[in-house]
Amino acid sequence: MDDKPHFRNIALLWLLASVIVTPIIVFVVGPGLPPGTGTVEAAGQVTDNTVLLALATPVALGVLVYMLYAMWAFRERTPEVIVDGPPIRGNASIQFWWLAVTTTMVLFLAGYGTVRLLADGSGGGQGPNPISVPKPPAGTRVLPVQVIAQQWQFTYRFPTYGGVETRTLDLPEHTLIQFNVTSLDVIHSFWAYQLGVKADANPGVNNVAYVTTKGPLNFEVRCAELCGVWHGYMFNSGTVVSRAQFASWITQQRVQYAPATGNLGPYSKTYFPQPLRRGG
Amino acid sequence: MSTIAVTPGAPRTGWRQLLGFNMLTGIILGIGGWFIGYSAIGPHIHGVGVAYYATESGQNDIGIMLGYFLGVVGFLVGLGFANYPVQRMLGAAPSLAEKESEEQGLFRYFSLSTDHKVVGKQYMIGIGLFFFVAGLNAMLIRTELLQPNVHVFGANQYLTLVGLHGAMMMGVMTSGILGPFANWLLPIMIGSRRMAFPRIESFTFWLLMAGSVILLTTIFFGGFQTGWTGYQPLGDQGTAGYDAYIGFFACVGIAMTLFGFNIIATIVTMRAPGMTWSRLPIFAWGSFATATLMLLAAPMLIAALLMATMDRTVQTAFYVPGQGGSSYLFENLFWFFGHPEVYILALPGFGVVMELIVVFARKPLWGYRLGIAGMLGVAFLSFFVWQHHLFVSGMNADLRPFYMLSTELISVPTGFVFLCVMGTLWRGRIRFTVPMLFCLAWVFNFLWGGISGVFLSDVPSDVTTHGSFFVMAHFHYTIMGGLVFAFFAAIYYWVPKMYGFNLNERLGKIHFWVMFISFNSTFAPLFALGLLGMPRRVVTYATNLQGLNDWVSVSAYVLGASMLVFLFNVVWSLGFKREPAPVNPWHSKSIEWQLPTPVPVHDFDRFPVFDPDPYPYGVEQVPAGAPATAPAGGAAA
Repeated sequence: MDDKPHFRNIALLWLLASVIVTPIIVFVVGPGLPPGTGTVEAAGQVTDNTVLLALATPVALGVLVYMLYAMWAFRERTPEVIVDGPPIRGNASIQFWWLAVTTTMVLFLAGYGTVRLLADGSGGGQGPNPISVPKPPAGTRVLPVQVIAQQWQFTYRFPTYGGVETRTLDLPEHTLIQFNVTSLDVIHSFWAYQLGVKADANPGVNNVAYVTTKGPLNFEVRCAELCGVWHGYMFNSGTVVSRAQFASWITQQRVQYAPATGNLGPYSKTYFPQPLRRGG
Repeated sequence: MSTIAVTPGAPRTGWRQLLGFNMLTGIILGIGGWFIGYSAIGPHIHGVGVAYYATESGQNDIGIMLGYFLGVVGFLVGLGFANYPVQRMLGAAPSLAEKESEEQGLFRYFSLSTDHKVVGKQYMIGIGLFFFVAGLNAMLIRTELLQPNVHVFGANQYLTLVGLHGAMMMGVMTSGILGPFANWLLPIMIGSRRMAFPRIESFTFWLLMAGSVILLTTIFFGGFQTGWTGYQPLGDQGTAGYDAYIGFFACVGIAMTLFGFNIIATIVTMRAPGMTWSRLPIFAWGSFATATLMLLAAPMLIAALLMATMDRTVQTAFYVPGQGGSSYLFENLFWFFGHPEVYILALPGFGVVMELIVVFARKPLWGYRLGIAGMLGVAFLSFFVWQHHLFVSGMNADLRPFYMLSTELISVPTGFVFLCVMGTLWRGRIRFTVPMLFCLAWVFNFLWGGISGVFLSDVPSDVTTHGSFFVMAHFHYTIMGGLVFAFFAAIYYWVPKMYGFNLNERLGKIHFWVMFISFNSTFAPLFALGLLGMPRRVVTYATNLQGLNDWVSVSAYVLGASMLVFLFNVVWSLGFKREPAPVNPWHSKSIEWQLPTPVPVHDFDRFPVFDPDPYPYGVEQVPAGAPATAPAGGAAA
């Protein structure tokens, strides 16, 4: 049996790799991570993803360095002869420290994720009774927008603007938006990628998600839950615009859809259309 | 514990075996059962039950479900599963032996056999068949995704392909490793001559096959648009193709429950004297952990599907919102089964990798108890994580931190398994045989699968990745990279003992390298696609993603081609250059390699004596036939 300092070698290689690779990952890859920094919540997700990457990189490197080193250093050099390795059956202190380190990392990750999540809801759907409501930017009020999903389109209803229902989505900048996501038929998922918002649309359920817009932004909306044959075609796009532009847009929409708005039922958190079916 | 094996009457041989109960009679009675249910009884009760969504479509879900049910019953009766209960009721003596005589030759494989080795081989071929069908579906899916908006298949066909691929892989491959290898190996490993319930063992196999055929019939009923998750109320809308989905997963659920039950009963009650719990091979522990999941999780699936069936046939409204039902009910029931399900797929791989890495590092398993704790820990925790599939669904917001914690906690016991593998390699004498290459690849693949899982378990991060191709990449790394790589490791390792011939090593290495490289080349870009905003199960996508998608599709074809290399290897090694396998080609010290090849019908002439040490590498003389002797142990690291 050789007595080369394998353990030290692996530790040094790992340290070297981590010191080189982790900063690259954090500072080069990190800022480019989705979904971008277009909204407060999206930027928060980027931060979160970067922290996870920063922690995951040394762990992955540890396993990789060890495996590659072991495959090289401990390879059978005389394959034509069967020789057994030393009967090492474990090492209590390594097992203990492995358990301690992994558990600590997991608890830290869970704690960190919880703090981040509870701070502003991170743009995720929180169900009918949201627990993480961000504060609107100073001097503004929250803008409620209802997202109505059905096979196979999204429409948007603005209860504070006469209940008008629009086919496209414009949002004012620097505003806290309250999305009330619901569905008329099956489960869909409202995924506004650049906004950092994802909330399932369930029939008969109001799923609330918050996002605080920043500057002007184009964003794409896609359905992220399989909802039938034309699921792949259930997408559209929207923009975040200045307050003045939003005001003129919503006024124009109210005029354009005035006849339709009169025929719509009253605004409600959920809808149960009859008959409860469409082609599947 | 002893059972009396009554010698059956002289078994039929040759063509006369066609006259008995076998697959042929099974198929005939199965088709008959279908027509009785669908054409004879079904039409008469049409109209009693009207599904909410199927009112106007004119399809008779009751008739279809009855057809499937009676078809399965007919198939199983035709195979002879009713014979023994009927004989016992008529006063026959208890017996366990059916189709165990080697004189019956190949016919044993097409019938109810109580020889665990026959059932293991039946599973190998049956599962292999559907694995290749499902893999072919994946090729077709990737063909559709070659271009963002040009359609080789229609949207409905595409979604049916996605559903077939998912359901078949998730359903049939639950027994991917345990089916062939636990059935074949477990009794030998624990010093038993059979599983605890040999007829149930055979029953699970034939039920799984009946279910898989039912799934394929979906093609004749318009397919299903729900993917393997079968979410409601989308499923309620579906045409009769969704009934095939229900019939399939119901069969899989029942087969899994019984299989798990059988494995647990076998390990608990059938161990030979001296085979204590602390001497069990780690693969047996992996099977045990998996079996607990099968036994406890699969009934939830059966319940969820029964409720879906009732919604579709007798006008209940479990999943119909607005009628008192809830779409969340199905999601929760399904994932309460579905998350343990993914560990049902992964855990046997843990067992195989730890079992094999020992042989090819030629060292005892490092941290045997830690490995067991890891697998049991994963099994236990997997029941407390299911709502991470529903993080953005509008579930109770207060519960999310709990599921975030429980999900991330699973990485601790999974880390135990990694530590065991890494520790076993430490100062080993690593031999890069084909099975070992697959085991080492497992470590790399599962590493990426695990790391990406951390992103999905973290709610703020999951908001982006949920329901996107990132998820797809993640679970293909864990299931294909974990289960399928371990599956092939097990095939290359145990085939010489099971079938008595060696697989060609050079072709095996070509298979491995092509598969490993193309696997990573296929699934790593999917992480990027998901992060760039491509949702799952879409038939069309943003044009700027075409480059990556094309790369993935081409890699997927190469991955598919690597399977052909494997098939070629089997044909070549079996038909053209047949090398009879030595008794112990790997110089393994496990018990199955000490038996003669082929293993006799009753495995052991007498109960084997077990060493207190399941992995006596480096402490004993190597088995006879090895060209050199082992060193006299060594100091700890």
